[in-house]
Amino acid sequence: MPGVDGFMYPNEISLYWSVLIVLYPYITGLVAGAFILASLVRVFRVEAVGPTYRLALLTALAFLLVAPLPLQLHLGHPERSFEMYLTPHRTSAMAMFGFVYLWYLMAVLTVEIWLDYRADIVALSQSTRGWRRLFYRILTLGSSNVSERALHIDERVGWFITLIGIPSAFLLHGYVGFIFGSIKANPWWSSPLMPVVFIFSAMVSGIAAVMLLYMAASRLRRQPIDMRCVDTTAQYLLYTFIVDFSLEMLDLIHRIYEADESFRSLNFMVHTKLWFSQVIVQICFGTLVPILLLAFVQVTKLSTAVRKRLYVISGSLTLIGIFAMRWNVVIGGQLFSKSFLGYTTYKMALATREGLLVSIGLTILPLFILAVLVKLLPPWPKEQHVLQAAAGGD
Amino acid sequence: MSIFRDAGHLFRLAGVYLAGTLIFLVVRAVVVPHSFGQYGHYRGAAIAEIADRPLHFAGHQACETCHSDIAQTKAGGMHAHVNCEACHGPLANHAADPSIDPGKPDVATLCVRCHAVSAARPRAFPQVDADQHSGGVPCNTCHQPHSPAIAAGGSK
Repeated sequence: MPGVDGFMYPNEISLYWSVLIVLYPYITGLVAGAFILASLVRVFRVEAVGPTYRLALLTALAFLLVAPLPLQLHLGHPERSFEMYLTPHRTSAMAMFGFVYLWYLMAVLTVEIWLDYRADIVALSQSTRGWRRLFYRILTLGSSNVSERALHIDERVGWFITLIGIPSAFLLHGYVGFIFGSIKANPWWSSPLMPVVFIFSAMVSGIAAVMLLYMAASRLRRQPIDMRCVDTTAQYLLYTFIVDFSLEMLDLIHRIYEADESFRSLNFMVHTKLWFSQVIVQICFGTLVPILLLAFVQVTKLSTAVRKRLYVISGSLTLIGIFAMRWNVVIGGQLFSKSFLGYTTYKMALATREGLLVSIGLTILPLFILAVLVKLLPPWPKEQHVLQAAAGGD
Repeated sequence: MSIFRDAGHLFRLAGVYLAGTLIFLVVRAVVVPHSFGQYGHYRGAAIAEIADRPLHFAGHQACETCHSDIAQTKAGGMHAHVNCEACHGPLANHAADPSIDPGKPDVATLCVRCHAVSAARPRAFPQVDADQHSGGVPCNTCHQPHSPAIAAGGSK
């Protein structure tokens, strides 16, 4: 049979979890990572990354809105997903995801964005016309109280929401790792380290994505990039990346040392089917190169232009590397037989419901949503001042 | 109190969430079947609905009421535990009205369903490569399907 080597059980020959299931943890990870970056400003008072705060929140929202779509497309009956809420199945981790998602979307992200933007929304509801005015008026919920005390209350409540948002972001993405880590029949997935590795890789991808988006947005707006902000963001990216890489290596060393009955089969798979995507793309170009580039920036005094280029290269490589990590987990876990004597091949379709074109569309879709969100709720400090002036003038 | 005035927007937000929760609970009460969860994580009334569906299989007791001679032959053979309708197909109509002729199964396709060589079958289970074994001669030329061992009587 083409694409099949050795002995495969009949139900292992074709993969059930396609590239869409690779996209799902990738997109969810970007959400959690972007939120953690925002929490640096709000909770940990890292003021240098302040300019990315609102952009990080909007990025998290844009990606969170798209996060369930790969699952919906994969399952094929989107209307049935609502039944998770109607008749919750408490012993199913996958069914419980609906509640984790809803909690994160409605109780954390939406509330935090609303509280942070409320003064702007009130100002915009007074300075705009037409449907935009109606839109902002609805968002004010009929309250235009932006007194100092009201904003102080918003600030305190927002801080608290961010505080509970951090474990929620960990829950959101740690949960995705939990789904894989708890599949005890699959030795490639079954590891208690999986949720932790997923959380740290999520933080890495989210920080890299917001850093790149901030640089790209500044360029599009023809505004100077706040290098103190980008330098600090890159610093945090490096630290998180080192922890993430250490955890992944810990998992790898543990597997090699433990060398259980699956080891020879998995080792063979890494050296053949996954060699390019795991060793070359994920570990070499997606992890070691960006870590070395980011570390190089830390120990040298480079010009702004060179630093910018290095950040763009290392950020892009990071995103590719984290995508490769998701790919190797999801696809890699289905390429070998549970008999440990055979291997299959994943052939991605082009224009089917779970094909390449749909995946590209789903990857780009959050950027369009982000563009709309940025248009409606400008995250830039300059506009913020204008808005405050407008609010004060009314 | 000023706290209620200055935090009024938060109460409004809480009100929106409360309204959303109430709408959800109403929708849930309307769309979730009342018998859901009666016995387990499924619609309890589904059991009665399934029980009400028309029967297709008569059951071997119904067959044996009229075909006691076949039942006797079968009881002594290797197919003693194979249900009549496993080979003859669903026969509830025939049991209700014996004038309906159920027809005889085509042995060329029937026997190999269970007895074609397959690595997935237990080794002790009788299995043959039909072409080599009989060269196209129908199975029931030598084997009596209701008691298939040759020593038991051969063709009938």
